[in-house]
Amino acid sequence: MVIQALRRVGSKGVSFLESFGASGMFLFHSLFAIPNIRNNFPLLVKQIYAVGVMSLVIIMVSGLFIGMVLALQGYNILTRYGSEQALGQLVSLTLLRELGPVVAALLFAGRAGSALTAEIGLMKSTEQIAGLEMIGVDPLRRVIAPRFWAGIICMPVLAVIFSSVGIWGASLVGVDWLGVYSGSFWANMQDSVQFSDDVLNGVIKSIAFGFVITWIAVFQGYDSVPTSEGIGQATTRTVVYASLAILGLDFILTAVMFGDL
Amino acid sequence: MSDRDSSGIENSDNDGNFIEVRDLTFYRGDRVIYQNVSLDIPRGKITAIMGPSGTGKTTLLRLIGGQLKPDSGTVKVDGKHIPNLTRKELFALRSRMGMLFQSGALFTDISVFENVAFPLRVHTDLPEDMIRDVVLMKLHAVGLRGARDLMPSELSGGMARRVALARAIALDPDLVMYDEPFAGQDPVAMGVVVQLIRLLNDALGHTSIIVSHDVAEAASIADYIYVLADAEIIGQGTPDQVLHSDESRLKQFMQGLPDGPVPFHFPARDLCDDLLAGVK
Repeated sequence: MVIQALRRVGSKGVSFLESFGASGMFLFHSLFAIPNIRNNFPLLVKQIYAVGVMSLVIIMVSGLFIGMVLALQGYNILTRYGSEQALGQLVSLTLLRELGPVVAALLFAGRAGSALTAEIGLMKSTEQIAGLEMIGVDPLRRVIAPRFWAGIICMPVLAVIFSSVGIWGASLVGVDWLGVYSGSFWANMQDSVQFSDDVLNGVIKSIAFGFVITWIAVFQGYDSVPTSEGIGQATTRTVVYASLAILGLDFILTAVMFGDL
Repeated sequence: MSDRDSSGIENSDNDGNFIEVRDLTFYRGDRVIYQNVSLDIPRGKITAIMGPSGTGKTTLLRLIGGQLKPDSGTVKVDGKHIPNLTRKELFALRSRMGMLFQSGALFTDISVFENVAFPLRVHTDLPEDMIRDVVLMKLHAVGLRGARDLMPSELSGGMARRVALARAIALDPDLVMYDEPFAGQDPVAMGVVVQLIRLLNDALGHTSIIVSHDVAEAASIADYIYVLADAEIIGQGTPDQVLHSDESRLKQFMQGLPDGPVPFHFPARDLCDDLLAGVK
């Protein structure tokens, strides 16, 4: 009984290590292959459109509402202390340091990550990946690498757009609706936000999130069981693993960047 | 005689064999697909691989193409041991192969024209007008020149397989592997495809492997036939030799007889035992 339980644990451990090793090799082959600029650049542009531009609506609408809610909640708390002038500072630092990169990444994982997994899984189940291999084209370079780089490029841009729209939404609620003086709203924001500490750290976070989300998404698609059930499970795994990875990584990055470690 | 190709791998003329498989053993889980199978595919000829469903005919094509690795034994293509090739060498060798998949495996996000043009675009520097001419000629050969602007989702299964055939021969490769090329074709299209495979082989001198269940069609164009069953080769020879063999398993398969030693059922325990066992 104990031996069987140990065997099961051992087997799962080996299986996890195998999967982790395979995803590492997959990452290596995808990222460090010599790029063919002439053939691969148009593919990259196409993927930036699919992954980034097509995610703009959900990112902008979510950013707007989160900024508006943040302003409402912040105003209610700050007015108790007569500090509503600090609303701009509160909203901007919250969005640039945390909510912008994290929420944009969670939305990105749900919108683009799941789409990447499903697309690659379907390409596998319809033998398009095998077809590429037999034509003599490496699918890691042709299919995976452009999607990977597109994710890494788009994520920080989307996070910056998310934060910008969020700040605009906060100004709509705070300044135009609740009557916070616009001069203090924007001036406090300008005084408190440091480019290297706040904006750049947020961008670095979102690059790390983009890397992890896209790695998980393309690997889950490539490694999926080529059936409708298998692709469904792989898509679910992408969203769950990516979301957990974003939150865990955010804590580590925040501790390093802002925790004086 | 030996020489070296651009990838630096030594080639040999292999006594006229383009592919040599020796003592091939391959398992899928615990199930034996091949047990010490050896076969040769002669250069410039059409070789048919036949056998009942589930005997691993497509698996053999994937082993030759390097998409699967054997558990033991050697698979040599043009003198190169496939499992030992590096990723780069394998992809270089595959650019000299064409494969028609059972499903067609067309790229669904591009048109019929672009599917056929794809190998030309990635492996050659031909100007656009020449690519257009080659693609139209290949599509004309399979009767689908008029369908060039359609998307793969707008094609029937048989049409998709004919487009895939045009794509497989787009580069005039040294080796073409056809996986069930006659499946889903109407009688006219079947006749054209049979004629086309023979014509291409004779005109271009490439090596062809056909995996098929269609005994009459495959036997009409093949130079040599292997029949696989029970993880081994149960018969081989020219179409005439195989069609008129007295070996019981071969005779049953080639003549489509319902009774004989080739099992219709997937391995299972006795039906009565199975029914009486009830739900556990």
